[in-house]
Amino acid sequence: MAKGIRDKVAILGMGCSKFGERWDMNAEDLMVEAYTEALGDAGIETKQIEAAWLGTAIEEQHVGKSAVPLAVALRLPYIPVTRVENYCATGTEAFRGAVYAVASGAADIALALGVEKLKDTGYGGLPQRGRGTVPNMTWPNASAPGYFAQLAAAYRAKHGSAPEDLKRAMAHVSVKSHDNGGRNAKAHLRNKITIDTVLNSPMIAEPLGLYDCCGVSDGAACAIVTTPEIARSLGKKDLITVKALQVAVSNGTEAQHNSWDGSYFATTRIAATRAYQEAGVQKPRDEISLIEVHDCFSVTELVTMEDLHISAEGRAIHDILDGFYDADGTIPCQIDGGLKCFGHPIGASGLRMIYEMYLQMQGRAGDRQRKDTPRLGLTHNLGGFPHQNVCSISIVGRYEG
Amino acid sequence: MAYGILSFGAYIPRLRLQRKAIADAHGWFNAALKGQGKGERAIANWDEDAVTMAVEAGRDCLVGQDAAKVEAVQMASTTFPFLDRLNSGVVAEALNLGQDLAASDAGQTQRAATSALISALRGGPATLLMAAEKRPVKAASPLEMTAGDGAAALLVGEGDPVAKLIGSATRTTDFVDHYRTPESEFDYQWEERWIRDAGYMPLVPPVVKACLAKAGIDAADVTRFCMPAVLAKVANSVAKAAGIPDAAVADNLHAVCGETGAAHPLVMLVAALEEAKPGDRIMVVGFGQGADALLFEVTPAIANLPARLGVKGHLARRREEANYSKFLAFNDTIELERGMRAEADKQTPLSALWRNRHTATGFIGGKCSKCGTLQFPKTRICVNPNCTAIDTQENEPFSAKTGKINSYTADRLTYSPDPPACYGMIQFEEGGRWMMDFTDVDEKDLAVGSPMRMMFRVKDVDSQRGFRRYFWKAAPAAHSSGRA
Repeated sequence: MAKGIRDKVAILGMGCSKFGERWDMNAEDLMVEAYTEALGDAGIETKQIEAAWLGTAIEEQHVGKSAVPLAVALRLPYIPVTRVENYCATGTEAFRGAVYAVASGAADIALALGVEKLKDTGYGGLPQRGRGTVPNMTWPNASAPGYFAQLAAAYRAKHGSAPEDLKRAMAHVSVKSHDNGGRNAKAHLRNKITIDTVLNSPMIAEPLGLYDCCGVSDGAACAIVTTPEIARSLGKKDLITVKALQVAVSNGTEAQHNSWDGSYFATTRIAATRAYQEAGVQKPRDEISLIEVHDCFSVTELVTMEDLHISAEGRAIHDILDGFYDADGTIPCQIDGGLKCFGHPIGASGLRMIYEMYLQMQGRAGDRQRKDTPRLGLTHNLGGFPHQNVCSISIVGRYEG
Repeated sequence: MAYGILSFGAYIPRLRLQRKAIADAHGWFNAALKGQGKGERAIANWDEDAVTMAVEAGRDCLVGQDAAKVEAVQMASTTFPFLDRLNSGVVAEALNLGQDLAASDAGQTQRAATSALISALRGGPATLLMAAEKRPVKAASPLEMTAGDGAAALLVGEGDPVAKLIGSATRTTDFVDHYRTPESEFDYQWEERWIRDAGYMPLVPPVVKACLAKAGIDAADVTRFCMPAVLAKVANSVAKAAGIPDAAVADNLHAVCGETGAAHPLVMLVAALEEAKPGDRIMVVGFGQGADALLFEVTPAIANLPARLGVKGHLARRREEANYSKFLAFNDTIELERGMRAEADKQTPLSALWRNRHTATGFIGGKCSKCGTLQFPKTRICVNPNCTAIDTQENEPFSAKTGKINSYTADRLTYSPDPPACYGMIQFEEGGRWMMDFTDVDEKDLAVGSPMRMMFRVKDVDSQRGFRRYFWKAAPAAHSSGRA
């Protein structure tokens, strides 16, 4: 394996728009909202940016194709701008483009911006859309909750979990994220809920009820990255650097080969192992201090705790109910509210997670600041469906160099 | 070797609309319907049409038969989903009968199937004849009460027939008891008593007698008389006029199925064959702008036919449906607000359909000639992570395989004409799996490990372009329960 990019790239500045139903904003306005914060935080000018990546997943709902919308919205100075899309891992993919540009020496300062404008559909949930000419012929006419809900059926069958135990742990996941979202002024959903709220909510896709599903939001998030040396030369202290960036993409094995049992994410397990190796993490449960995972649905978060090798297989229910992942637990998960409550503007989500790590590690997270400043954090995105998906993992942390 | 009916099969959709539900809905308007609110009628699921039902009847008929010997397919119906596309061509592709095949559609009359059967029995290529009907009915019409949806299939050819044709006769006259045109969507029907007195009674008995005369059989020796007729006792009166014993008159399945239009003579014939013993003489009559009569003698070979669902088994595969508005919605008789999610474009590029016809219509997957792994769909590179050989895939049909549920959900968010949309990962015992829509399933019956069989269904309706695409779905596996 290549030696990786650990500590080659530092975060110079970050920004994040308020997430939610931004009826008064176009995607371009959201981009500028996240960008101006990041630019101010970085303390640079637009002309210093040498390359940029735009991440957006359902571009037909807002900006259309290509990277041009980003270049125009930010008035970028005729630099290379690239648009990336990789399902819900899109935001992290934009980040990866910018980070790799700096790590390779191709650019001194690069920008990644993720944006999604989902609330122009006229209904709740993700846009109903085709999956491509040939998939449309043979794929079920499914929704995202319908695909992810199946994790529960397979997980119960594999571990012999009682449906009510699983459902209760899933409910705890959502209650915890609502508690956390309430302390985040930029979050989409800020109301407190109870276990009963979740258990009694209308069924969306068995066994996922309304409160097992994340918010569908408008929003944008932005990162400006450079080398640690340049960051220091620009007067930055307490640097946060990238320790690992890994992506694993299904190759059809889960969808077509009977070696996968449907209860976990094959991609996450592989990407996590590679990311720990790149970051030099030996025992993630002891070394990682904060995680932001792709909690598109409560059950996704639950099985992901095992796929990240933090909870032992079959033990996520217990860790969750024990409060291990609560804001005041051992390793808080979604301390900013997560996709569930911060919201899920697809292209922005991966960058939003890194934004939270960046704030927490600098002690700038306000009401939700973790008392012991986190040193090493992991973010995780999943795009697609349990049986065929894209998983991205980043590990960021304090720069010790 | 002899020529005749080599095998038979049928398909009756699982949902049975309770006639009381129709009467309760419309009795206020048409009091005459109140008296008809007894029994039940078969209704197609939203994803069924004449083509999908013909496929199921054809599969039922081909149980234990060598499909490679089929040289011609014919489909009879007055409710073909396509006016200019060979409907029997879709059926042949779904049944994987290959291209070296003659195919034709026969329609336009309630006796389309019996006329096609007379032609097929004249000798010639081995023919799989299917008759299927999904009947369009106006709300509160008498036909809504009496009609049913269903299909039957017969394999006709050289071999060891289970029934031999010993006589037939046919008459044609432009007696218009009802009609339907491209402009009129629904049947327009004249008075039933006139149809009986000026239609059946003068027209059918002479054809029955001519058929008996050709066969040299005495009317008293007919053991089963299969003639669809909605008005009570018409079949008995025709039989009596021709000298056929009243005890031979077959049940028209009104109480349990309803009249399946042009398919009904064959549905009744198959029902009779399921109960028949060697030496029985079965007459089947088709009525519509004249009449066809065919007389069969059942042979000892009928005892050797392997079990199939047939009419009896499909009637037993039954779910009561008391929700009349669901029937209206399935047939677009009322316009539901289906929501914005239903607006998603369902266009099927015909070039892509042609390229993928074996995958989408035939449900053909692959088998790696190097490692033996089965997979769906077929791809150029083997899916087995320890193989990944290139261009080693041989055709592997999946439609006859039984799979098990690996994971599932019941989805109330996505658009479905019959929510919740149930779907999940189906894993085939011999290898291969696919994330599939489920059909004919109740949410409470979903469980990991449940056996599921494959059924050919409508996948999407493209209302913008008047097209529909078909694919296979998983339904709870039913056990064969035909002839014991």
